[in-house]
Amino acid sequence: MYSEGGSFMKGMLLGGIFCIVATLLSSFNFGHQQHTDHHNHHHVNAPSKEELLRLPEHKRIELSQNIRVYCVILVEPKELAYWAAVRETWSKHCDKAEFYSSEEVKVFESVSVETKDPWIMLRKALKHAFDNAKDHKWYFIARPTTFAIIENLKYLLLNKDPDQPFYLGHMVKSGDLEFIELSGGIVLSTEALKRLVGVLGDSSKCPEQGRMIWKLPEDKELAVCLKYTGVFAENAEDTEGKDIFNTKSVNTLINEAMAETPQEVAESCCSDVAVTFNGHSPNNMHVMMFGVYRLRPFGHKFHDSLVFLPPKDSDND
Amino acid sequence: MHPTKADPTHAQVVETAEGARCLTPETFLSHSSEDSRVADDIYNKVRILCWVMTGPANLEKKARHVKATWSRHCNMVIFMSSTDDPNFPTIGLDTKEGRDQLYWKTIRAFHYLEQHHFNEADWFLKADDDTFIVVDNLRLVLANYTPDEPIYFGKRFRPFAKQGYMSGGAGYVLSKEALRRFVEGFRTNVCSHTSSVEDLALGQCMEKMGVLAGDSRDSLHRETFHPFVPESHLTGKFTKSFWYWNYCYYPVVEGPQCCSDLAVSFHYVSAELMYILEYYTYHLRAYGYQYRYNPGLPENYARLPAHKDTEQESGKNNSLDAHLEKTV
Repeated sequence: MYSEGGSFMKGMLLGGIFCIVATLLSSFNFGHQQHTDHHNHHHVNAPSKEELLRLPEHKRIELSQNIRVYCVILVEPKELAYWAAVRETWSKHCDKAEFYSSEEVKVFESVSVETKDPWIMLRKALKHAFDNAKDHKWYFIARPTTFAIIENLKYLLLNKDPDQPFYLGHMVKSGDLEFIELSGGIVLSTEALKRLVGVLGDSSKCPEQGRMIWKLPEDKELAVCLKYTGVFAENAEDTEGKDIFNTKSVNTLINEAMAETPQEVAESCCSDVAVTFNGHSPNNMHVMMFGVYRLRPFGHKFHDSLVFLPPKDSDND
Repeated sequence: MHPTKADPTHAQVVETAEGARCLTPETFLSHSSEDSRVADDIYNKVRILCWVMTGPANLEKKARHVKATWSRHCNMVIFMSSTDDPNFPTIGLDTKEGRDQLYWKTIRAFHYLEQHHFNEADWFLKADDDTFIVVDNLRLVLANYTPDEPIYFGKRFRPFAKQGYMSGGAGYVLSKEALRRFVEGFRTNVCSHTSSVEDLALGQCMEKMGVLAGDSRDSLHRETFHPFVPESHLTGKFTKSFWYWNYCYYPVVEGPQCCSDLAVSFHYVSAELMYILEYYTYHLRAYGYQYRYNPGLPENYARLPAHKDTEQESGKNNSLDAHLEKTV
């Protein structure tokens, strides 16, 4: 009797371990099957001059006006200073900016998602965005510690079809998973968001509690769900190969360049058409607003192919 | 991009026989849609010699970063120290170092310039090694004046001098005639050599010599020279007792309208901030964005003759003047 019980326990234990391992492996390996139909380009570039000139003039004007970005900004009441800075600065350049807060706050308008769980918050925000902003073509997701230049985002997206599945930003590889870091901002096309919303209700693929035993950060959870729908992360770079979504601040990047390329720091630290930086203080965001939209040297003009006008009711841009 | 030595990506626009404009292959580069013809023209017509006040202890800590950033946009730059350093290089003014030596260094520096470089520039800018200058924007301020006018510009302060004086740290710039009169003031003993307050003493000398304290504000009356860092001016709320309120010649404005889009200077700028400001000014931009503020060249600009530097590239097209009136 005793020896049979011992074997049984060993069997149970082995079986249990096997089960856990199989579950883990299947989550990570899932991507492999999809890899064969993965479209080839892993890097998305801002359009080059040649590509833009191929578009006729009327098409470029049409694009400037039609390329509409809905900003999903995920905030918490304890980040009030950052929230205020974002409201007063870059979010004014979104076609629509919606703040999704873990709970209602008296001072500022927001959509309350009534949860503190970051992954559930992101899910609810994206579902709400999808339901309420159908005429917007692109969705930009950010935290209030990020500063974004929406015009440069539109420049990047200029020649991309929002009815194709795009999921762009600062891409990071973690094991087998390639995902976009939330701190650098996440861009989803209409098609990508549509597919995500389609799978949100499927708890075998995209459950609220996540598919792992431990909690993954919400940007990784997002990548896993999107992968199920055939949407893959792509890193965005300018025509010189520099990242345009940054998970670091300008200060950090400048300091790195001071150490690495001291003879050409401002030239090499960052892209001229960067879309995001992360980690600036609220005050620094006001300085960046001045730096991006106002400060410039007299006597230099740019013949750009897109035209963006300053927003109404604003005086710091 | 304006011709600094470090920048090879100069856009080329070629006129065809029919007057239509084609873009040559070199334009398919990073600053490819950039058109710097106005900046190039004004570079030749408003020549600025920048001199930077520094010292042996600050060459590596501070002056080096000025050298790597904004000073490249001057027509000419000279770093002035108490002692010669042929490696940096700096000119030695044969003084001691220290706060009480500032005015003496300033006097010696301007005398040096008057002796050795008087005819090489139209304007003479003084800056500290923690001042950041946007030289292209300084040219716009000066473009409405001629170098034979006795005038100087900077961040105008009010007390102790009737017409005010210019803050030393925010940088100030003398016309050729103002420099001549400054040196003359010492020759004739009208101006005194001893002072512990450099900027005030210079302002008092200017006043005695009939040099006008100019208004450097932009066409919307916003300040261009700033005695603090951008963050302080844009977001800071100065307490009511802060000396600044009483010192400013023009009304103080807090918040975004503190500062012109075409700002000329900031002070107390760290090494890191020098590069950040260079990046914000000359590199980072919002693609396609139509600026709210678009001043043209001032009416007196047409009077200014062009001068070619020996360092200039050949082939800068002078018959652009007619074209410039249309593009600005």
